[in-house]
Amino acid sequence: MSEATTRAPLLAVSDLHVYYGAIHAIKGISLEVYDNEIVTLIGANGAGKSTTLNTIAGLLRPRQGTVTLNGAPIHGLGASRIVGLGLSLCPEGRRIFQQMTVRENLEMGAYSRPAAEIPASIEEMFQRFPRLREREKQIAGTLSGGEQQMLAMARALMSKPRLLMLDEPSMGLAPILVEQIFSIISELHASGVTVLLVEQNAQMALQVADRAYVMETGLITMQGDASDLLHNDAVQKAYLGS
Amino acid sequence: MVAFLRYLINGISLGSVYAIIALGYSMVYGIAKMLNFAHGDIIMIGAYIVYCVMVYLTMPPLIAVLCAVVVCTILGIVIERLAYKPLRQSASLAVLITAIGVSYFLQNAAMLIWGSNPKVFSSVFALGSLRLLNGELVISSETLLTIGANIVIMVALTLFTGKTKMGKAMRAVSEDKGAAELMGINVNRTISMTFAIGSALAAIAGALLCSTTNPNLVPTTGSMPGIKAFTAAVFGGIGSIPGALIGGLLLGVIEILGKAYISTELSDALVFAVLIIVLLFKPAGLLGKPMREKV
Ligand SMILES: Nc1ncnc2c1ncn2[C@@H]1O[C@H](COP(=O)(O)OP(=O)(O)OP(=O)(O)O)[C@@H](O)[C@H]1O
Ligand SMILES: [Mg+2]
Repeated sequence: MSEATTRAPLLAVSDLHVYYGAIHAIKGISLEVYDNEIVTLIGANGAGKSTTLNTIAGLLRPRQGTVTLNGAPIHGLGASRIVGLGLSLCPEGRRIFQQMTVRENLEMGAYSRPAAEIPASIEEMFQRFPRLREREKQIAGTLSGGEQQMLAMARALMSKPRLLMLDEPSMGLAPILVEQIFSIISELHASGVTVLLVEQNAQMALQVADRAYVMETGLITMQGDASDLLHNDAVQKAYLGS
Repeated sequence: MVAFLRYLINGISLGSVYAIIALGYSMVYGIAKMLNFAHGDIIMIGAYIVYCVMVYLTMPPLIAVLCAVVVCTILGIVIERLAYKPLRQSASLAVLITAIGVSYFLQNAAMLIWGSNPKVFSSVFALGSLRLLNGELVISSETLLTIGANIVIMVALTLFTGKTKMGKAMRAVSEDKGAAELMGINVNRTISMTFAIGSALAAIAGALLCSTTNPNLVPTTGSMPGIKAFTAAVFGGIGSIPGALIGGLLLGVIEILGKAYISTELSDALVFAVLIIVLLFKPAGLLGKPMREKV
């Protein structure tokens, strides 16, 4: 953290307020993600984690506050512009294109990139996720839950993001697959991708992350090094079930 | 036997027109999740443009159809922009009522411009005809052209949605707008594009309809074919290109055979009876895929 603060953040969210109609879902949060970090955002159901990620990605517009990527404000842009700037969201519930093939899903992920670069990127994804190569021509809706999550992550990586945001990538998966997802996150991090991770599985998220933020009903109530929070009494009581 | 063949070919010809209209209905439904009830009236506007360009400007048919395609494409984009886009987040009932309003607006505008007396289409594409079975079975050039146009359009659209970047983006948007946006797809532009393609097809359908089965052009000309084509789209499975083709052809054939062998009055009722039976057994239509989600 100390060395991080001397650099400018890759992503900075400041005093963000988001509403759904009259519902005040995010009540003024601030957070930073620095280059090459894994930062996790944990919290109970309905705390506002997905709302935060969706707002950063441009699917929702904040009523107040700023989001900057590399110092440039992005909160006024739509999602389709933001992905081209190097920020990619793998949304909650995967939301792959069920009626399209695995390969077409990957092509869509690279929509904002030149066509000539796409085959090489798809090859890269097939190396990282070998199961997808076997299923290249298969309709994505027929994949298993774990395979769909792999596809969703690969699709989000196809835009070659500097910052990858993952919203509950382990949701609904068997423990062995959860392990696999987390080891992929570590690998991605090792290859230079910065990650902002939202997770229900706070234990594993805090183990893999450098820093963490805890959200409660639209506010950030705690933040710090992930290892500190992992051993924090309040966090253990609320999120680690001990 | 020859009579049956003649009815069958007429049915396929009418069904081809329905299929082309159904395709526009289906594409727009797939992407905007709305029933564009004004689609049939775009057919009517297209037919009037063809008529005017040929009769008043004495241009050849091909130019006339091209003009109609351009006008209807622009009209489709403008209607979407002004009437439907502001309602993108609204209840579907509000959108449906708006679409019905747009439909009446177009019919009344046509009434103001062209009056209510029918404009009689003399054959637009008269090129002679094909004689088979020692001249007993005559197939007109319009019929051949209609069937040919249908085949070309189906193949072109299948390739477009299956192979091109824009076409794949359309499929992505029709599945999940938010996810499509996250990919970098401009959803508004994609929806505009879909309305443009659907309306261009409607213009072609208008020219074909008025030069085959419906030569008396009036401001309400588009209504019934619009409703039938919608039925065809539901019949085949709304959102599916081969579904629109099969639905359209079946509907056309059932209608013509029903008129010939059962009763002219009952033929429309027959069409809808078949639709209801199909939907009882296959609620998503013949080729429609029921949406399933894996959790
Ligand atoms: N589309 C919506 N319309 C109205 N309220 C919403 C909408 N989406 C979320 N909310 C509300 O906003 C709050 C935050 O929801 P959000 O989905 O961001 O929570 P979350 O932290 O991601 O929860 P979970 O862990 O269950 O995914 C909740 O109270 C929720 O009910
Ligand atoms: Mg969530």
